[in-house]
Amino acid sequence: MTQAAQEAVAPPTLVVRGLRKSFGSEEVLQGIDLTVARRELVFVLGPSGSGKSTMLRCCNRLEEPDAGEITLEGDPVTGPKVDVNQLRRRMGMVFQAFNLYPHLSALSNVTLALRKVRGLPRPEAEAMGLTALDRVGLKAKAASYPAHLSGGQQQRVAIARALALEPSVMLFDEPTSALDPELVGDVLAVMQDMKAQGMTMLVVSHEMKFARDAADRVIFMDAGRIVEQGTPEQIFETPHHERTQTFLARFSGRG
Amino acid sequence: MEAILTQFFNVEIMVKALPLVLQGLGITLLICVVVIPLGLVGGLLAALAAVSRNRAVRWSAIALVDLFRAVPPLVLLIFIYAGLPFAGLSLSPFAAVAIGFFLNNSAYFAEIFRAGLLSVHKGQAEAARSTGLTQNQTLIHVVLPQATRNVLPDLMSNVVEVIKLTSLASVVSLGEMLHAAGLVRSLTYNASPLVLAAGIYLAMLWPLVRLISRFERRIAS
Repeated sequence: MTQAAQEAVAPPTLVVRGLRKSFGSEEVLQGIDLTVARRELVFVLGPSGSGKSTMLRCCNRLEEPDAGEITLEGDPVTGPKVDVNQLRRRMGMVFQAFNLYPHLSALSNVTLALRKVRGLPRPEAEAMGLTALDRVGLKAKAASYPAHLSGGQQQRVAIARALALEPSVMLFDEPTSALDPELVGDVLAVMQDMKAQGMTMLVVSHEMKFARDAADRVIFMDAGRIVEQGTPEQIFETPHHERTQTFLARFSGRG
Repeated sequence: MEAILTQFFNVEIMVKALPLVLQGLGITLLICVVVIPLGLVGGLLAALAAVSRNRAVRWSAIALVDLFRAVPPLVLLIFIYAGLPFAGLSLSPFAAVAIGFFLNNSAYFAEIFRAGLLSVHKGQAEAARSTGLTQNQTLIHVVLPQATRNVLPDLMSNVVEVIKLTSLASVVSLGEMLHAAGLVRSLTYNASPLVLAAGIYLAMLWPLVRLISRFERRIAS
């Protein structure tokens, strides 16, 4: 089979079915169905408290779903017999607060999982780590510690840390929300570059311009449900649902 | 003035006491070498239990830590050495000191480690787990190094406390430095050996205390 034919029959990268999650008496996810195809960039939009981040965190089980099924390239993510650590290395995650390890250099941040999870010897891990840092434009900062990097640089190192594991999908949880406005651009440029290289991405963010430029599909979530989805043009130009319209009206003038 | 000098700073007596006091210093150091690592390991394990997600494990660890922080170490030591034989368990002075200090130290080190573990942001462990590291790998490579660094001055201060506290071993006739100095004092009716011992403690601990202050300043900055 050609590569294209293989991709045609391969299962979608990420499939979420009937995902539910409650915190105490509040049901923050009320049945989410979502499919992310290979090489697709799905952008998730919605007011705070709509469950976007929880949905993302359920995908790699940083939050344990109460109900529902998740598969990664056809392999079950949920279920009692799943080796969650093996699955997580196939799903990169980028956090709002970067969460770089402050006691390790940029390069060691990137190589820790390569060495401990993939079991690579140090020279090999460092070669891969430098390649990943190069992809985010920070090879020169390999020896720097997080405290000596700007927020934008820290977030790019965090992206390199996830990228180095060669994941099948990257999950972004508001990757630019904690950044000063002038530093946002560098991070988005790296994400756009990843998209161009064919990375499958699920992005929770408020960067509308990025959604217009890079997203294949935009999902609008509210109160624990997917309210509406479509191409960026559909969602931004002709939103059908009233809640989408209200939300976007508040954001017009931004991004 | 003259009396103070002959009673407390009598060089002649200090010189005579020196061999015995140094022998005592050897035992003090031996106690330290045994009880400090024991206390650090015990404290770390108790701290991990005290932040465990399992409620039974958590509460028993907290109860034990509270108990041994509340019991005066002198009472604990006397109980282990003089009380346990009535329950059929006779221990050598050294074993009694090792066990007593293990219980007391672990409790104090546990409180420090617990504060350290709680000082590490939850996002650190989440980031590590998201890359596929197991819970233990996350603890060893990500959480513990930061936790320890955050409370290093407190850990070192407690080490200084423990070194000073080893003088309590004299109550179970373990011949550590204070016990040796006290012995010479009772033979010579002169307190200078105690001053000698105090001087040795000072020489030993002062550099350590200075070092702690430097660490504290570095962490604060």
